[in-house]
Amino acid sequence: MTTPESGQDRTDRSPWNWLLFVPIVLPLLTFLFNADEPRLAGFPLFYWLQLAFIVVGVACTTIVYRMTK
Amino acid sequence: MSGQHTTELVVFVALFLVVSGMGFVAAKWRRPKDIESLNEWGLGGRNFGTWITWFLVGGDLYTAYTFVAVPALVFGAGALGFYALPYTVVVYPLVFLVLARMWSVSHVHGFVTPADFVRARFGSPTLALLVAITGIVATMPYIALQLVGIEAVLKAMGITGHLPIIIAFAILAAYTYQSGLRAPALIAFVKDTLIYIVILAAVIYIPAKLGGWGSIFDAAAEKFAKTPAPGDGILLNANNQLQYITLAFGSALALFLYPHSLTGVLASKNRNVIKRNMSALPAYSFLLGLIALLGFMAIAAGVKPIVNPETGKPDGNTVVPVLFDQMFPDWFTGVAYAAIGIGALVPAAIMSIAAANLFTRNIYREYLNKQATDAQEAKVSKLVSLVVKVGAVLCILLLDPQFSIDLQLIGGVVILQTLPSVALGLYTRWFHKGGLIAGWATGLAAGMWMLYLIPNPANGKLHFGGSAFPLANFGFDTKATLYAGVIALTVNLVVAAVATLIFRAAKVADGEDATARGDYFADEGDPRVKDIDLSGAH
Repeated sequence: MTTPESGQDRTDRSPWNWLLFVPIVLPLLTFLFNADEPRLAGFPLFYWLQLAFIVVGVACTTIVYRMTK
Repeated sequence: MSGQHTTELVVFVALFLVVSGMGFVAAKWRRPKDIESLNEWGLGGRNFGTWITWFLVGGDLYTAYTFVAVPALVFGAGALGFYALPYTVVVYPLVFLVLARMWSVSHVHGFVTPADFVRARFGSPTLALLVAITGIVATMPYIALQLVGIEAVLKAMGITGHLPIIIAFAILAAYTYQSGLRAPALIAFVKDTLIYIVILAAVIYIPAKLGGWGSIFDAAAEKFAKTPAPGDGILLNANNQLQYITLAFGSALALFLYPHSLTGVLASKNRNVIKRNMSALPAYSFLLGLIALLGFMAIAAGVKPIVNPETGKPDGNTVVPVLFDQMFPDWFTGVAYAAIGIGALVPAAIMSIAAANLFTRNIYREYLNKQATDAQEAKVSKLVSLVVKVGAVLCILLLDPQFSIDLQLIGGVVILQTLPSVALGLYTRWFHKGGLIAGWATGLAAGMWMLYLIPNPANGKLHFGGSAFPLANFGFDTKATLYAGVIALTVNLVVAAVATLIFRAAKVADGEDATARGDYFADEGDPRVKDIDLSGAH
């Protein structure tokens, strides 16, 4: 294969990448959401909070994508 | 076939035929110059933009089986079955940067499969062969499970016997043969539109009929309180929290190691398409969360799963189809069934293409015909994709479907063992090829041993009854369990590291790395990316 020359200065490194850890770790902390109360529109906390984590995930990956483009 | 399901059946068959027609037309979609190469047939021309990739990868990861099995799990076990949601929240940030690297190095070197990458990175045809075989073995039962998904809706319509499944798969096989990855890419639009409509209708209409979400959860809590099983309930308990965490995390690690998930990623046209999709794909996770809750709705609606005439046991996979049948008007039930049925075709097509590509690139080309031309490779892949689908149908005809479900469970543990060479390999060349092979073998053996030890009291099985490995087996005084795949992967990593040190100390020759650092960041427009060298650099 070609010897490395062009593109060598490119990298995926960025401090923004640390933000990706938030949606990776948050949904695995069961003590945060393993409860029935408070309910939201009839949903126990266990269910609505985990659905809300999707929004956190989308927000974090979108920010990282925008800031490192 | 009973007369009361006529409307449903007509709608189902009509939608199924429309989609099949699209599958055949797809060969001409986005005008390939010549479909006789793996870049065209197996990767759709490697030029898919954000939208197509979104539908394709989404249609690939969220399968008919998911729509049937996840709510069935929630129906039977409650909160534990909801692991599917955190699993699909965790996965995208986890692979955000990893897949971009995989895309770059694959486009510079013309890789079609994860085993192609391993071959070049570690200079080892043997390691690549092991990765390829692991991929094929893990994918086969997954395809068979798509048939289980179709069978569940057919059963709910009162259709028994295997002929309809054979016909559906023959049609699928024919248009995948002709159009390659373009067929599932095009059909995915219809499949997902139908699924979104059905699920949104379900989560608004059904709770309204059942007295609201609050009473649905209360009904479920009441049911679980009455059952003797200690692990169920609408919340987790002290014993299954670790299982929930490790199952969600382990499944997330495994998802993009499956060759078929990578197929969709490699078909995209640049790095930005992948990164943008990692933030857009969670829209499906939202859907999956709502689908999981259909299990609770089925409890509140008093759904009784259909009893399988062959085994005399209730088939949990039928709870969602039966729920739709009870709640929706007939014509809409037909639409819902079609959504599930077509939902099986997209992933089954992509999976069979991925398995066929593995065979072609890493077995046929490596060991049988080193001088294979593009056209020969495409021909072999097309034929193997047929063989794979026939194999999946035979699995369903000859084996108890429950056995396919067990195999799928094993498949997840099996595919995780390729993580050190495929995923870590993207970041480090530290491991010795011999160390990776040793780690793969011990991880696999440990995983099989653990799964063998797990019984399932619910259906009286002594072995391969689930993926929850009791920590008490290691002498801990606890009832807590861990996902067996995560333990097996840990064994794999430890052995790979120790064996690497031993091989280095003994000065055993290592393979050569055919990739360069810059290859991992190359993007569309880069001269090396434009010129795809299919003959490979290895």
